[in-house]
Amino acid sequence: MADPSRPSPVPGPGAGFAFMGLGASLLAAGSYLGLFVAPRESYMGDVYRIMYAHVPTAWNTMLAFTFAFGAALAFLLSANFKWDARHEAAVEVGVVMAGLLCLQGSIWARPTWGVWWDWDPRLTTTAVMFFAFVGILALRRFVEDPVKRATWSAVATIIAYADVPIVYYSVRWWNSLHQMQSSPETVSAVFVIPLRTNAFGVLFFMTGLITLRTRIASLRLRQEMAPPLPEPAPVLAPGAAR
Amino acid sequence: MPGAILASVARGRYDAGPMTNPDAIDARGLCRRYGRRWALVDVSFRVAAGTSVMVAGRNGSGKSTLLRIVSTAIRADRGTARVLGHDIRAERETVRRRTALLSHASYLYESLTALENLAIAARFLGREARRAALLPLLAEVELAERADDAVSTFSAGMRKRLALARTLLQEGGLVLLDEPYGELDPPGFRLVDRLFGTLRARGCAVLMATHLLERGAALCDEGIVLDGGRLRWQGPARDLPSLGGLDPATLPEGR
Amino acid sequence: MTQLLAALRKEWLLQSRAFAALLAVLVFGATALLLFSFAVGPNYDLLRGNAPGFLWLALLLSSTLTLAESFQAEMEHRALEGQLLLPATATAVYYAKALANWAQLTVLGIAMVPLMVALYDATMPRPLALLGIIALGAAGLSAPGTLYAAMTQQARSRQTLLPLLLFPLVVPVLIAAVKATSLLMLGDPMGQVWSWTLLLVAFDAIHWSLCGLLFGRVVED
Repeated sequence: MADPSRPSPVPGPGAGFAFMGLGASLLAAGSYLGLFVAPRESYMGDVYRIMYAHVPTAWNTMLAFTFAFGAALAFLLSANFKWDARHEAAVEVGVVMAGLLCLQGSIWARPTWGVWWDWDPRLTTTAVMFFAFVGILALRRFVEDPVKRATWSAVATIIAYADVPIVYYSVRWWNSLHQMQSSPETVSAVFVIPLRTNAFGVLFFMTGLITLRTRIASLRLRQEMAPPLPEPAPVLAPGAAR
Repeated sequence: MPGAILASVARGRYDAGPMTNPDAIDARGLCRRYGRRWALVDVSFRVAAGTSVMVAGRNGSGKSTLLRIVSTAIRADRGTARVLGHDIRAERETVRRRTALLSHASYLYESLTALENLAIAARFLGREARRAALLPLLAEVELAERADDAVSTFSAGMRKRLALARTLLQEGGLVLLDEPYGELDPPGFRLVDRLFGTLRARGCAVLMATHLLERGAALCDEGIVLDGGRLRWQGPARDLPSLGGLDPATLPEGR
Repeated sequence: MTQLLAALRKEWLLQSRAFAALLAVLVFGATALLLFSFAVGPNYDLLRGNAPGFLWLALLLSSTLTLAESFQAEMEHRALEGQLLLPATATAVYYAKALANWAQLTVLGIAMVPLMVALYDATMPRPLALLGIIALGAAGLSAPGTLYAAMTQQARSRQTLLPLLLFPLVVPVLIAAVKATSLLMLGDPMGQVWSWTLLLVAFDAIHWSLCGLLFGRVVED
């Protein structure tokens, strides 16, 4: 099982903040390009501009859960708790991203199709993943033992991740009447550049968040798995001669 | 974990051939925590092959935790142990095959009869599970006439007897008994004494946790005392009753 | 193989004493079916159209009860730990338990069908095919359900955790089983039942192998 005898040193928060800063500046640049430089789209008007936030979020949400899956697998294979810390961070950030994604999807669906939720397979799969991984976060809260918590949640993450493609295809067939909206594969660089900039912005911002969250998880794990205190010195009876 | 095994070979500790007659238990620095509390801290001791050791200590001193770690029911957070020459982590299955644990939990199903409970264990062991094969075992713990009654109708003492019978089903080189006298009546005490003798005659090593110092001291060769999860005393079992209770303040120094 | 047989005999013994519990779960499922009809109102067209969905929702809700129940006896006096120390193979214990749960859920599902027919005026043109769909859907619920029940029965607030973990996971089972059932009941002009059956088979194959592989990690300390 675990070998907690040599806890790896926990690095400072600097790298995480650096990633977040880089991500934020890329996001600012990309959003400026998307909101003010890119032209209006002929069918959807200005509403389409949410795409510059929505599509990068979607890509990176999938990336976060993939990283969580990899970390869970690495923990089960190596029993190294640094992977448990990364797993916890990735699931948590992934859940926040998935929640954001559902929110953006609703905001987009309302003016475009007139409903808040349109049972699009990608969006619905995201919602299912959101609930599946929220369940895993709950599981982590309810298990005190660090080894069991790490192992069980890793098992749950692997199963939930393996479930994603099946959920996607089942929702797609189920809702086959719905027209698949095409991904924005507009060729013009004026559309593509802000999209790519924001994609990397979200990626770096998310990486920063995961790095910082990993650090917190590692610090807590180190506390939880600290070695026992040395034996207390025997208390001398009052007045006993030394 | 082949790496760990190779490392042990390099240190010359992995020599558990049948000719060397390894220790029944060789525990080094065992630690275990539940939540934020350490239940067992740095416990090292040995049980030579074929000998018996009693574990004494007050409630919550870590006796059950120690027995459960050695039986591989729970992990050790730190430290390691070799049981009959086999590492409790790397060779867990072998350790399990060669040890039997009488636990605090009875390992029984309430809704099934005494005989059915034994039959389930016997089948997993790949042993004869027919009525005729198991009845003698029940007779040994004086439960033969209740063989077809559901465990839910049993008293605490009868459950203990049935759990004892289940432990006897396993043939191993090491038997771990956690409070075998608990909940038993005086005939039950004598029954445990008798079974203890049988196990010793088979050549089994026995590690027994008990509060009955005189009784344990009369049966066991060595004794260890735990307090607050730490090993406080180690010596011949016959010296245990004269230690003046198990108050750690009055325990003499020394290992 | 001996291990699997031993584990199956154990499940058989346990199940044979748990008939009353199964009956209680069936009553729960029947109550759920009755309650669903109040959500729709006494409109036979609506009820008939929704009958497959109600059937599977009732079975899903009942499954959390039987799944949790199936590990209750194992944890009560730590019987499962006792078996693992014999040593019993965790994989054998898992597959026997999952098969027992599958059998229970299939029986429950079949028993609910006549009730559904009576309450919702549903038609039943292909009973054998429906039996197959119920068996496949029950298998999809029992494989991950058995694993998560083993996990949550050892954790705090087990009652909430099991559905929280299980329900999002079995969305494909619910979708595929409901679709297939309604195609069987209301007619299947384009022969789509097969693709839904295939989806169920794929789900079952993935989860029966994956969960069996991971069960040992869940029950060992």
